[in-house]
Amino acid sequence: MNANTLFGPLWLSVQLAAITTIVLMIVATPIAWWLARTASRWKPVVQTTVALPIVLPPTVMGFYLLILLGPGGAIGSWWVELTGNALTFSFLGLVIASCLYSLPFAVQPLVVAFESLGQRNLEAAWTLGASRMDAFFSVALPLSVRGYLSAVVLSFAHTLGEFGVVLMVGGNIPGETRVISIAIYDQVNHSTIWLHISCRHCYLSWPSSRCSQCSISTDGGKRDECRQRHSRSLCVATRRVRT
Amino acid sequence: MNADSVIHVRYALQRGEFALEVDFDLPLRGISGVFGASGAGKTSLLRCIAGLERPATGKLVVAGDVWQDDVSNTWRAVHERDIGYVFQEPRLFAHLDVRGNIEYGLRRREHNGAPDIDHIISLLGIEQLLGRKPNELSGGEAQRVAIARALLCAPRFVLMDEPLASLDQARKEEILPFLDRLHAEAEVPIIYVSHNIDEVCRLCDHLVVMDIGRVVADGDVQSVLVRMDLPILAGEEASSVIHGTAISHDDNDDLTRLKFSGGDIWVPGKPKPQGSKVRLRIRAGDVSLSRTRAEQSTILNIVPAVVESIQPDQGASALVRLEIGTDQIVARVTRRSIRELALQQGDEVFAQIKSVAVRAP
Repeated sequence: MNANTLFGPLWLSVQLAAITTIVLMIVATPIAWWLARTASRWKPVVQTTVALPIVLPPTVMGFYLLILLGPGGAIGSWWVELTGNALTFSFLGLVIASCLYSLPFAVQPLVVAFESLGQRNLEAAWTLGASRMDAFFSVALPLSVRGYLSAVVLSFAHTLGEFGVVLMVGGNIPGETRVISIAIYDQVNHSTIWLHISCRHCYLSWPSSRCSQCSISTDGGKRDECRQRHSRSLCVATRRVRT
Repeated sequence: MNADSVIHVRYALQRGEFALEVDFDLPLRGISGVFGASGAGKTSLLRCIAGLERPATGKLVVAGDVWQDDVSNTWRAVHERDIGYVFQEPRLFAHLDVRGNIEYGLRRREHNGAPDIDHIISLLGIEQLLGRKPNELSGGEAQRVAIARALLCAPRFVLMDEPLASLDQARKEEILPFLDRLHAEAEVPIIYVSHNIDEVCRLCDHLVVMDIGRVVADGDVQSVLVRMDLPILAGEEASSVIHGTAISHDDNDDLTRLKFSGGDIWVPGKPKPQGSKVRLRIRAGDVSLSRTRAEQSTILNIVPAVVESIQPDQGASALVRLEIGTDQIVARVTRRSIRELALQQGDEVFAQIKSVAVRAP
C-alpha cells in the first residue's frame, strides 16, 4: 500500500460522502418533518420503509439496487433513455445508492429534533405573522441545529464506511467508483498481510517474514510445517498468499 | 354596538366529549375578559379566533372585515390575521435574544405602520433585557417580553390566554402593574382569558362568562359581576366593581376620598391626583348590612342602599344585590341575618363597606 494508491479513492469517498450528505439533508427534511408531525395511518409504513436499510444486509440491498438501477431495471432503463448513460458503475449511481443506504441515519435524528421542537414555538411564529414556510426556516430550522449536526455526522460517516452497496452498484473503477473501502479491501486481498495476521506467532514477527516461534519463513508453502510445530490451528489462514 | 367596533364571533366546534358553541360580540376597545372554570372552552375559543383551530362551522368578523366564514368559504390563515397572541407560557424563541424575539413580529407585519417600539419597551420595563437570551430571563421577565412581542406586531387586537396562570403569586404581582399600565396607556384592544376573578375585576371593562363551551353571561364588567345567578361568580370570590373619582386626600390619616354615584368612600393610602378616575373592587364578604346607620362604628364607609334582590348562596350565606346611586354592589350575609332583619326587595338599608381595592380604571 502506498499513499498514491489510496489518496485517489479517499478523495472520491470524501466527495461521495459530502454530496450524499447534502442531498440527504434536502431529501430527509420533508420526510422527517412529515413523520414527526403526522397522525396519518401511513406513518408506520413510511417509518419502516425508511428504516429498512438498517436491517437489510448491504450486499442484498446493493443487489436490489443493481437490478433497479441497471440498464434493464425500471429506473436504470429510463435513465439510459434520457441520457444515454447507465447508472450502474457510475459515480451518480453511487450517489443514489448511498442516499438510499444512509437515509435512516439522516431521517432519524431529524425526526427526534422536530418532535422535541413541538407545536408551541411554531404557533407563536404563526401568530407573529410568519407563514408556514417562513416559520420553518426562521424558527424550526435554527432550533433543530443539534439534530442536523448529528444527521450530517452520521450520514457522512456512514457513507464513508459503506462497502457492500458500493461494491455491488459501483464496482471498482479507479477515479469513478473506487472508493476508499473498496481500495482497502483490494489492497488487503492482494497482499501478504493475510499471512502475517493469521498466525499469532507470525503476527508477532511481522514485518519480517519469519515466524517468531519457529523461525521458519512463512512466505511460500511452509504453513503446514509451522502449524505442526506449535499448535493445531494457529496458522490456518494462509490461503490467500500472494507474494 | 356598531359593527365597525366589534368582533363578531360564532363558532361550533366538537372535540371528543367537549363542544364549543358560541355566538356573541366583543367590543374592539379596552380589555374584554373571558372568564370561566378550567375546561369551559376559553382557550379553544381564543385558538379559534386566532385561526389555530378550524372549527366545522364558524364566522369571525372583525370591524366589518370577514376573517372566516364557512358559508362563503372565507378563511384567513393564522399569519394573515392581524392579531397578537400571548400564550400561557412565554414561548420565546430560544435561538434569538430578547431584541430578536420582539422584532420577529415587527419585521413581518410592517404594513400596519410601525408601532412605537420604545414606548412599548418602556411600558413593559424590558429595556435592560434586550441583549439577553430567553433562558437567562425569569418567568415574569419572559412573560413581559412575550407581551411586548405580541404588541409590537401592531395587531388589531391582542389575545391573552391566561398569561399569568403559569406564574407564582410573586411573579403575578410583578406583571399585573404592567398590565394596568397597558390598560391605561395602550390603545390596542385586548381579549383576556382568565379563571381568576381578581384579574378580571382588576383589568376588564367587558366580561364574557363561559361554562362548558357556552357563553352564559356577556356585558360590561359591572353588570355581569353582580349577576348572582351564575355559580362561578358567586361563592367566596363574589365581588363587584364600581367606578369613582378621587376628590381629596387626608394627609394626616393617609386616606383618599373617592366620589361615586352613591356617595363618598374613604380608601387608605396612595393619594391620587384630584379628579382622576379609579376602579373600586368590593368583595361581597366585605360588605355588611344594617337597618340603621351604625353610630360609633370603626367602619368608615357606610352608605345608604336599596335591596334589589336576594339570592341564597352555598351553606349559611346568601348574596344580596344592592343599589347604591346608579351603581350596584353585592353583599354576602348569613341567611339568618336576612330572616332576623326581615330583609326584602326594596328595603332601604345601610351598606357597611369594610375594605376596598383601588385600581386605575
